[in-house]
Amino acid sequence: MEKKLDEFAVGERGVVVRVEGEKKIRRRLFDMGVTPGTEVMLRKLAPLGDPVEINLRGYELTLRKSEASCVWMEVKHA
Amino acid sequence: MLKFALAGNPNSGKTTLFNALTGSTAHVGNWPGVTVDKREGVYRKLEEPVGIVDLPGIYSLSPYTPEEVVSRNYIIDEKPDCVINIVDATNLERNLYLTTQIMEIDVPIVVALNMIDAVKKAGDKIDIEKLEKEIGLPVVEISALRDEGIALLMERAYAAAKKPREGKTVLQDSMLSHVIDDVRIALKSKNVPSPLFHSVKLTEGDELEMSAHPEEVKMVEDFKNQCKGDVFEGDLEAMIADARYKYITAHYSTAITRTPNRAAAGSYKADKVLTHRIWGIPCFLVILFAMFHLSFGTDLLYLNTIAGWFNGGAGFARDIETGNELLNSFVAVFYSADGIATPGTMLFNLMGFVCDRIGEGIAAGLENVGAAAWAQGLVNDGIWSGLSGVLSFIPQILFLFLLISILEDSGYMARVAFILDRVFRKFGLSGRALIPMIMGFGCSVPAAINTRTLIDEKERIMTCRVIPFFTCGAKAPILAAVCGAIGSVYTGVNADLLVFALYVFGMVIAVLSVALMRQTTMRGEAAPFIMELPAYHLPQARNLMAHLWDKLKHYIKKAFTIIVASAIVIWFLSNFAWNWTMVGIEDSILYDIGSFVQWICTPMGFGLQLQGFGWVFVVAAVTGLIAKENVVATLYVLAYAIKAVVPEWDDGESGIGVVVALMQSTGITWQGLIAFTVFNMLTVPCLAAAATVRAETPKGKFRNTLAFWFITSFVTSSLLYCMLSWWWTVLIVAAAIAIVVAFFVLRNRGKIRFSRKNKKNAMNE
Repeated sequence: MEKKLDEFAVGERGVVVRVEGEKKIRRRLFDMGVTPGTEVMLRKLAPLGDPVEINLRGYELTLRKSEASCVWMEVKHA
Repeated sequence: MLKFALAGNPNSGKTTLFNALTGSTAHVGNWPGVTVDKREGVYRKLEEPVGIVDLPGIYSLSPYTPEEVVSRNYIIDEKPDCVINIVDATNLERNLYLTTQIMEIDVPIVVALNMIDAVKKAGDKIDIEKLEKEIGLPVVEISALRDEGIALLMERAYAAAKKPREGKTVLQDSMLSHVIDDVRIALKSKNVPSPLFHSVKLTEGDELEMSAHPEEVKMVEDFKNQCKGDVFEGDLEAMIADARYKYITAHYSTAITRTPNRAAAGSYKADKVLTHRIWGIPCFLVILFAMFHLSFGTDLLYLNTIAGWFNGGAGFARDIETGNELLNSFVAVFYSADGIATPGTMLFNLMGFVCDRIGEGIAAGLENVGAAAWAQGLVNDGIWSGLSGVLSFIPQILFLFLLISILEDSGYMARVAFILDRVFRKFGLSGRALIPMIMGFGCSVPAAINTRTLIDEKERIMTCRVIPFFTCGAKAPILAAVCGAIGSVYTGVNADLLVFALYVFGMVIAVLSVALMRQTTMRGEAAPFIMELPAYHLPQARNLMAHLWDKLKHYIKKAFTIIVASAIVIWFLSNFAWNWTMVGIEDSILYDIGSFVQWICTPMGFGLQLQGFGWVFVVAAVTGLIAKENVVATLYVLAYAIKAVVPEWDDGESGIGVVVALMQSTGITWQGLIAFTVFNMLTVPCLAAAATVRAETPKGKFRNTLAFWFITSFVTSSLLYCMLSWWWTVLIVAAAIAIVVAFFVLRNRGKIRFSRKNKKNAMNE
């Protein structure tokens, strides 16, 4: 099942399918390792619900929901 | 001299390595991108001294952030003899992504595999020989923290620097290899240095490269059209990033054997509380409060106040009487009727004690040698009072700075941005803008320097502009004096509460100003927020000290240049008449200037309505430009000059009695006093802060910043004065605000088209 990263629940895992959005934001996501095929886990939400913290490639990355909505994911079932 | 450049991700320990190599003063923080400046030092343990350049921490060589552009331009244009690429071994994949980009440049490279100790501790293993073979560059294990492997690293870098190296790419096996090769050959035939690097960047569609090599762009365009149909839909930038990571996973990551127990487990546990959905914000507030309490509190841990609750009012603390005045004031540094001093307050008191003694020494010395009256005045009241005003604050501010550096180096500040980004975005700022703003409560100077960590230029300018609205330590005495006086004249007014309200008022104005600027001169969305949350680690004493030393130098430089110079100017204006004779301040040039401009201050309640006494407050505000603690001191001088009767209970320092006296003799109302305080809070900050803001914002923006400070302070305190004096003006102000807000809301929805630019925007939408 495909859905966007910002629709993930805490603890949900998936694999990046593609990254959309403005050139600058997309490039930044690529540079931080959010590339197709990468496994991502949504670690937690900030106290006010946004931004989100994700775990990928062995480190923690935070991004806003608006930026997470550029990332299409294939949900991985545990 | 040979030159080596340090390049690597933020948080990879690059600055720690720099400090270890150069024994110099660069600062390391856990903010991604804290080193925006180029730092240089010298390494002397090789056959010849080698210059070391610390490049900003970067994740990539993309053309989008200033740090990245600075770094790539340095490597390509300045041609260092060797690039030391520092790689965080605990986060190999993402760190090597940068390595795959640097290796495309024709420059000798050595990879420094840092934090190898942390990897071993976590039970993981890295096969160095295999990694070295795969990457095709020398790889050296080091621990920058523990000074391990650094000598070997430098030896190998020295050896590498002797041989020229041609760029290599990991993209040779990808479907892009043909176009990259074709462009590379075309560039090489034109003798472009590092043709491979430029070729890859052109293929990525890098804007900087496309304008530099327009002829080769077509080759890339043709290729792009061929691959419209595939997964990336001709998005070559995405294809390249993807290919790099795929290569890293396939070839480099295999050199590491992981045990399932990951190193970040400790950080994960700490974050269970520190960024918890419910406890995250309270934890932050407690940490923030503790930080300020330890720096500025006069009653350590509120022991005296708490003891007072049990004793029915009075705590245990007393002023200690030793029979010797000098000893008394020395004891009061640590312990007074307020309680036990907190570390920051102790430092402040101690420095004040030392400054007082030096001041007395200088005064006595001048007296003894029989210096002329004007020379004594110049040195004592001009130079020394300006200098000591700043000097006595430095230890306390450095202490606050130390606490903030600990939070930064430990990795907590990145979490603060994470917790609060949502709140700040509403006003068009990102969460990281909070850090410099909070620092503003201590001192605007380090706060303005800290805005360097903000990526977006508009955000940096706006933050710099509102930092002075976060009432700094030097402005606090003005608030204390005015509120204390109002509290002692009007019964039922709680002075502490009033001070607190003014602090909050400053913050509210800061937020409103940012919102207003975002709608007018600084339009645009909040900058993107895609940030690493680095693993927590213990801050290193060497880095903290290097950081503090850096700040100290900055202060001292400011104190001895701009502050001394301006102190002399203002001293001259307040001690001389137009005919160059020395007079009291009430006949001085400054008095004339004050009297001349006092009518402007009428809407703020300290102008013409004071029957010719408005100049007192104008002059006090002007002397505040040197250092804001001068405001209260000037009020003392002027109160005596206009023969106001200062009540006997005044302690000669806090200014409370003086303000009471001024209320009686100048006729200023409490509303006028509040407006005067707010004016001082919001107007041009002290010269040290203004000079720092000027240095930290882009050229040409400072004039507007000055205008912003003047207009904001004038309008705000005028409105406040009117609203406090005549309640019905509240309705007018509220209506005006409602109209402005409605205008912006309607404009943003495209209902109103004001300028041509907006029309265009609306049409595009």
